[in-house]
Amino acid sequence: MKEGNRALSLYTVLVFIFLLGPLVIISITSFEPGTVLKFPPEGFSLKWYQNIFEVSAFMETFKTSMIISLLGNLLALLLGVPAAYALSRYRFRGRDTLNAIFLSPVLIPGIVLGFTLLRYLIVVYGLPIVAGLLIGHTVIMLPFIIRVIASSLENFDFAVEEAAQSLGASRLQTFFKVVLPNIRSGILAAILIAFLESFNNVDISVFMTGPGISTLPIQMLTYVQNYFDPTIAAISVILMVLTAALMFVIERLMGFAYFTKR
Amino acid sequence: MNKRAIYLLLPGLLFLAAFMLVPITLTVGSTFVQDGKLTLEGYLHFFRDGYFNRILLTTLRVSVVTTLICMLLGYPAAYYISRASARKKGILLALSIFPLLTSPVVRSFSWMIILGKKGLINSFLVNTGLIDKPLDILYTPAAMMIGLVHLFLPLIIITLLGVMENLDHELVRAARSLGASPFAAFRKITFPLTVPGLIIGGILVFVGSLTAYTTPALLGGKERVVSTFLYQNAMTLNDWQAASVIAVIMIVITFVVVGLMNAWANRLNPKG
Repeated sequence: MKEGNRALSLYTVLVFIFLLGPLVIISITSFEPGTVLKFPPEGFSLKWYQNIFEVSAFMETFKTSMIISLLGNLLALLLGVPAAYALSRYRFRGRDTLNAIFLSPVLIPGIVLGFTLLRYLIVVYGLPIVAGLLIGHTVIMLPFIIRVIASSLENFDFAVEEAAQSLGASRLQTFFKVVLPNIRSGILAAILIAFLESFNNVDISVFMTGPGISTLPIQMLTYVQNYFDPTIAAISVILMVLTAALMFVIERLMGFAYFTKR
Repeated sequence: MNKRAIYLLLPGLLFLAAFMLVPITLTVGSTFVQDGKLTLEGYLHFFRDGYFNRILLTTLRVSVVTTLICMLLGYPAAYYISRASARKKGILLALSIFPLLTSPVVRSFSWMIILGKKGLINSFLVNTGLIDKPLDILYTPAAMMIGLVHLFLPLIIITLLGVMENLDHELVRAARSLGASPFAAFRKITFPLTVPGLIIGGILVFVGSLTAYTTPALLGGKERVVSTFLYQNAMTLNDWQAASVIAVIMIVITFVVVGLMNAWANRLNPKG
């Protein structure tokens, strides 16, 4: 058994080197002083980090990405919190079907969803591109919001709600003063997970760009296809630091149990 | 149904109906109509075209291989993590979740640095004199597979981990006390009980690979898969009829694969 254990732990180490090695390499190359990405870098320089702030397209698209992700998140919350509450609180026929419908955007290939939104929202209904971008991002955030919030409502005892109501609280009061505070960390975690999902999205956004409108991942994609300097490596490092920070907060809020649940 | 529940569900349902269901239904419908007539021409044209069939085949091949490699790498790793001490488990779980939350653009780009003509692997091989000319790895199906395995490995690891955590370890202990060797206990108990998880994880990887856009777009070069072909038809060639047909084919394949594999996983599930 000991032999087997050692082989298995070596195998696991190799798997994690494969998983994390490329991210370490990209981080190291971001400090390359030359104009071409190299590993190992030929010196140490922060100039590509500086370049991020000098290429206005990166700053512009970062702003767009932030606005779309935050606004879309708010919209997804307004639609998703009531739905998650209804699905957890009430027992009725067709509940499983409705649940499946709300989670279905993850089943539709993103690239297909992006294309159909471009074809109908923008071209047929004539919505502006920004609206299409916002709506598309809301659609893909909705399942994450509903799933995370529904799973934190699973641990909520609805008897408490009835107790509050029997003491004279209205339904709305009960919701805001009893239910919401109890699932606050679940809601915050849902916001962060949905935010990352939206902020990193390519499949929808790639169809929703126009004059002056693009998101950061799309800008990065275009940049990489034309230049091979360390700017993208530098942006990658900043994005990874942000991701790690958000992940730390998610862990604090609800642990990682959500991720291993299917 | 409770009236209150309806009011709470309605906004979300209307939103999804307007911005997902209707556009997709219209897209599906549009593929059966040409010059005002009902026809299957859109599809026939595609399947008669050798070019599209090759793309479809490449996509399926890449997805199958990616799924198998992910299973091969992910299962033992997940098994190891599930048996590790709480502290180690927490660290390894965090290290699996981190790439999952990291932008696919960043992750695919990191492989461009490694696989490129002047990339890490080629400069190592050339510098050590093992080869004279750099190998063409980047912009091949192999590069796509490597990128996709990297993209989806965390997903299968954490899915399997979820299943392994729920495994009743009393069963394993019982088998051991009845004289089974550790390997026999694994083969007869742990493995069969976690196979449904392997299939579910496999579905996620397969469907993900089948529909991924970023990784093939960056690592595939001119090599097309269905998702990059859909994008090309829609945005470069402006052939929306063709793009719609590809979209429908992608939806159908996704649903068929998910349906079949789910049924399979359920049948294997002893509790099911």
